[in-house]
Amino acid sequence: MYTQKVMDAFQNPKNVGEIENYDGMGMIGSEACGDIMQVFIKVKDGVIEDAKFKTFGCAAAIATSSTATEMIKGMTVDEALEVTNKKVIEVLGGLPPQKIHCSVLAEQAIRAAIEDYKNRASK
Amino acid sequence: MQKKIYFDHAATTPVDRRVLEKMLPYFTENFGNPNSQHAFGRETVAAVDAARDEIASLIGAKPSEIYFTSGGTEADNWALRGAAQALAHKGKHLIVSAVEHPAMIATAKDLAKKGFEVTFAEVDEYGKADLAKLERAIRPDTTFIGVMTANNEVGTIQPVAEISAMARARGIVFFTDAVQAVGALKTDVKLPAVDMLSFSGHKFYGPKGIGVLYVRAGLRIDRLVTGGHQERGMRGGTTNVPAVVGIAEALRIATEELDRNAAYVASLRDRFISRVLREIPYVKLNGHPKDRLPANANFSFRYIEGESLLYSLDLAGVAVSSGSACSSGSLEPSHVLLAMGVPEGLAHGSIRFSFGKDNTPEEVDYAVDRLKEIVVKLRALSPLFPKELKNEVYPKED
Repeated sequence: MYTQKVMDAFQNPKNVGEIENYDGMGMIGSEACGDIMQVFIKVKDGVIEDAKFKTFGCAAAIATSSTATEMIKGMTVDEALEVTNKKVIEVLGGLPPQKIHCSVLAEQAIRAAIEDYKNRASK
Repeated sequence: MQKKIYFDHAATTPVDRRVLEKMLPYFTENFGNPNSQHAFGRETVAAVDAARDEIASLIGAKPSEIYFTSGGTEADNWALRGAAQALAHKGKHLIVSAVEHPAMIATAKDLAKKGFEVTFAEVDEYGKADLAKLERAIRPDTTFIGVMTANNEVGTIQPVAEISAMARARGIVFFTDAVQAVGALKTDVKLPAVDMLSFSGHKFYGPKGIGVLYVRAGLRIDRLVTGGHQERGMRGGTTNVPAVVGIAEALRIATEELDRNAAYVASLRDRFISRVLREIPYVKLNGHPKDRLPANANFSFRYIEGESLLYSLDLAGVAVSSGSACSSGSLEPSHVLLAMGVPEGLAHGSIRFSFGKDNTPEEVDYAVDRLKEIVVKLRALSPLFPKELKNEVYPKED
C-alpha cells in the first residue's frame, strides 16, 4: 500500500530531532487522533537554514515529516509556505487515500513553525 | 537472508498439509455438485455428509444442527439477523458485548436502523463482560444475547457459561462467536449449553472461505440465502465441497492435538510477554493476565503509534497486526481497547502478536530483540516521549 519512497523515508528518516536555539517551532495534531508532528526551524536572513522534526504517527506521517523538512531546507520562509501536502505527496510517489490527512499534518506543522518565527521576528 | 516470521495467527493460519491432501481430490476427480442426481453428485454428497457428521461429533452437536457458511463473518451475521428477525414478534431488544468482532457490531448497528434496539454490553478493564451490568441490561423484550467466547484482539476469554445460564433462565437466545476459540479451547455446544455458535476454518489451519454456524435443534431462525435448497433450505448456494472437507479435517486434527498445541503456543506467548514486560519500559499488556487465548499477546507501547511499529517489525521480517486485521485500514483506534477504557493514545499504540504451532522460541527471541531496537528508535522520533525519561531498554535475563 505504500510506495518504496515512502518506506525508504519512513525507515531512514532525515532531520529527526530538535533544534535547541530554534527560531520557530510548530506542533500540530493530538495523541487521541493518533498523530502529532513537531517542527523546528532555524532561519537566517529569511532563509531556512535547518529544519528538524519529531513525529508520533504512522509510517506515512513519519515519511512526510522527513520529506517535507528536506524540501524546506534552503528555501525562504515565503517559499516554504508554498510547500503543500500535494507537493510532498508528489515527491513520495503518492499515498493511499486514507493516509492523505497525515501529509496535511506536515504542511500545517511547517506553517505553524513559520508563523511562530514571524511572531518572534516582529517582536 | 531476510527472516520471515509469522506472528499473526489470529488473522489467519496456513493450511495444514494433511488438510490440503484431504481436500485436493475434491477440486479435480471428485468435482461433482452434491445436488446432482448422478454418481458424481452422490460421491460428493457422501463427502459433505461425512464432514458434517465429523464436525457435529467433535463439538457435541447433531449433524442437522450444523450449517456451512462462507466463514465466521457470514455465520455471525446470520446468527444475529436470523434470530432477531425470527423472534421479532416476541421482542426487538438485542444485547451484544461492546467488544464483539465487527461482524457482530456492524450487524447490530444495521439492525438498530431497522427497528431493533441494541444494547452494547459493557466490559471491564480486561475486556471481560460485566455480568452484573449485562443482567441489568436484560429487558422483558430482550430476545438475543451475543457474547464471543474469546476476543480476537486482546484474547480475553469470556464467562460464557455464566452468560449462557443467565440467558437460558429467561428464555433468551444465546449466541457465541467462537471463531478465535475453536482450536485453542475445547469446544462443546453442550458445555456450556449455547443456542448458536460460529467458527471459521482458516483460524485453525483449515481453508479460508468456510465457516460453520451451529443452531440448536428446535430453534428457528430466518434463512440467510434464498434460491437453493442447500443446507436444508436455510443457506442456498452450491456447497464448497473441498472447503467443507477441509474444515472437518482441520477441526479433527485441531481437536486431537489441542492439548499439546495449546500448551506449546502458550509457552511461546509467556516467553514473549515476560521478556517484553521485563525488558521494555512503558508498555501495557492489554487483555486479561490469565484468562486469555494461548496464542495472544497484545501490547500498547507508550509514546509510539501502532502502525509505525507494525511496519518497522514488518521490515525486520516479523508479521504482526495493529488492532484487528479487518480494521487496520481505518484510522479509528480499536473499539475493543476503547471499550476497556484504554486511553486513545495508548489504543493507537497497540500491537497484537498471535503465535502458532510452527513458531519457535528462537523466533520469539529474535522478535523481542528487534522490537527493543524499534521501540528505542520510534521513541527517539516521538514528540510525546518526555525529556526527563531515559529512552532505554533492558538486557535479556539469562
